[in-house]
Amino acid sequence: MNKALSIFLRGIVIENPLAIIMIGLCSSVAVTTSVANGIGMTAGMVFVLLCSELIISLFRKVIPGNIRMPIFIVVIAAFTTMVDIIMQAYFPDLSEAMGVFIPLIVVNCIIMGRVEAFASRENAGHAVLDALGMGVGYAWVLIGMSVVRELLGNGTILGFQIMPESYQPVLFFVLPPGGFLVFALFIALNIALKKLWLGQDYKGGK
Amino acid sequence: MPEHQSLLLSSSPHVFTNVSVRRLMLNVIIALLPVTVYGISIFGFSAARVVLTSVVSCVLFEIIFRAIIHSKQNFGDLSAVVTGLLLALILPPSTPSWMVAIGALASIVVAKEFFGGLGHNPFNPALIGRAILLMSFPAALTSWHRPPLDALGGASLTDALSTATPLAILKDGGTLMGAAGSLGTDSLPDFYTALFFGNHAGCIGETSILLILIGGVFLIATKTIVCATPVAMLAVTALFSALLGVDPLFSVLSGGVVFGAFFMATDYATTPLTTAGKVLFGAGAAVVLVLIRQFGGYPEGVTYGILMMNAVVPYLNKLREKKYGSIGKGAKK
Repeated sequence: MNKALSIFLRGIVIENPLAIIMIGLCSSVAVTTSVANGIGMTAGMVFVLLCSELIISLFRKVIPGNIRMPIFIVVIAAFTTMVDIIMQAYFPDLSEAMGVFIPLIVVNCIIMGRVEAFASRENAGHAVLDALGMGVGYAWVLIGMSVVRELLGNGTILGFQIMPESYQPVLFFVLPPGGFLVFALFIALNIALKKLWLGQDYKGGK
Repeated sequence: MPEHQSLLLSSSPHVFTNVSVRRLMLNVIIALLPVTVYGISIFGFSAARVVLTSVVSCVLFEIIFRAIIHSKQNFGDLSAVVTGLLLALILPPSTPSWMVAIGALASIVVAKEFFGGLGHNPFNPALIGRAILLMSFPAALTSWHRPPLDALGGASLTDALSTATPLAILKDGGTLMGAAGSLGTDSLPDFYTALFFGNHAGCIGETSILLILIGGVFLIATKTIVCATPVAMLAVTALFSALLGVDPLFSVLSGGVVFGAFFMATDYATTPLTTAGKVLFGAGAAVVLVLIRQFGGYPEGVTYGILMMNAVVPYLNKLREKKYGSIGKGAKK
């Protein structure tokens, strides 16, 4: 039980996929211009991550080592296609807004990384917990970034006006350079959280 | 404490000059005073407000940030004052005060302190401040005011009159003579003279070429900067413009090239150390700025020209005539 809990908690701050492992960044900086995009991307990512880790963990003993990569890709691509088609059917606006970044979940490093490094060697229960932990870690950074960027860059959250009418949006935040700056600030925030979390055990560096 | 007990034991270097950061920054401030005073005199109260807001908020942000991270306060070296002054001088006189404060925040906190403070910043802080403002508030940062006392010498009735800069007129498809007409001149020599003395629309500090040159010569005379970068930048701007069929004299006299060449491209932390590097830096910035003016979306490209060259400074610093300690050509092996 203790090990299971630590697998789940690890992905949230200590090994946050975006802010500590620093993979899957292109789509993160690209889609976080609005909160709706951030939530949609997170939902798609977490779904694909969870299903892929589960399936690959279940079949890990029958997947031949030297062709594991193509097999992982096939599994991930299957779930990504599902997300893509579901989004086109039920959330056409969101699908339009995120464009190519939904199909690109196939080659997202977070999913490939977790499948290769974790799901292909651990049992299904642990793989699911790992996917959920990583998913929560991904979600808070990605949605946090999109809240900051949409609020400052557009004065709204999910399209609702939050800032007073007189607020003049700082376009910098919805443009790519602002994405990099906000992302850097979230890395700093995550490192601060990691220090708090680990206390005495914090080793510095990442 | 008796004198001998305050002796310091330290490792080399033991030879010190009396050149301090504070002294160099003071030189830059002195060199900037003529353009600042002139900018305030032609653009009026609004320009004074921008300058004051910028300098005060730069110093305040530096003090606050350093207090938050428990770092040593060093506002005494005046570097934040220089950044604030430079930022104000490359903004339009009508910029709202709160935008100036955001620019100061970007300059001091994002461009300088995040990277480790004075001397560690890869990009020119004042230019980052301007670039972020230009991206965020394109309308406010490209609305220009004609000086209240218009070029013809008569006192105008309005406080300020919206107008375009000569570069913006050309960008919108106007002719050189059209731009000349906007300054109330009808011949090219008169136009050049008007640009040179600077009674026209533009950023607070960039209009008077004469006063910028006086400041630049002062900096060179006091050995605060060397003339390699400004000369290379201005020469290449003229040459490359001529090559693209733009009037070279107009290219150099309009916009912020001269100001950028003397005050931005000579910043210590963000420009190359070697003479060859400095020349290439100036030339590269000039090529980029002329390309942006000619083909880009903005009428002016000095900011991005210099910022892009800032990014390649580590490579330019590798250009040395000879590696340290090597003897002749065969010394490599």
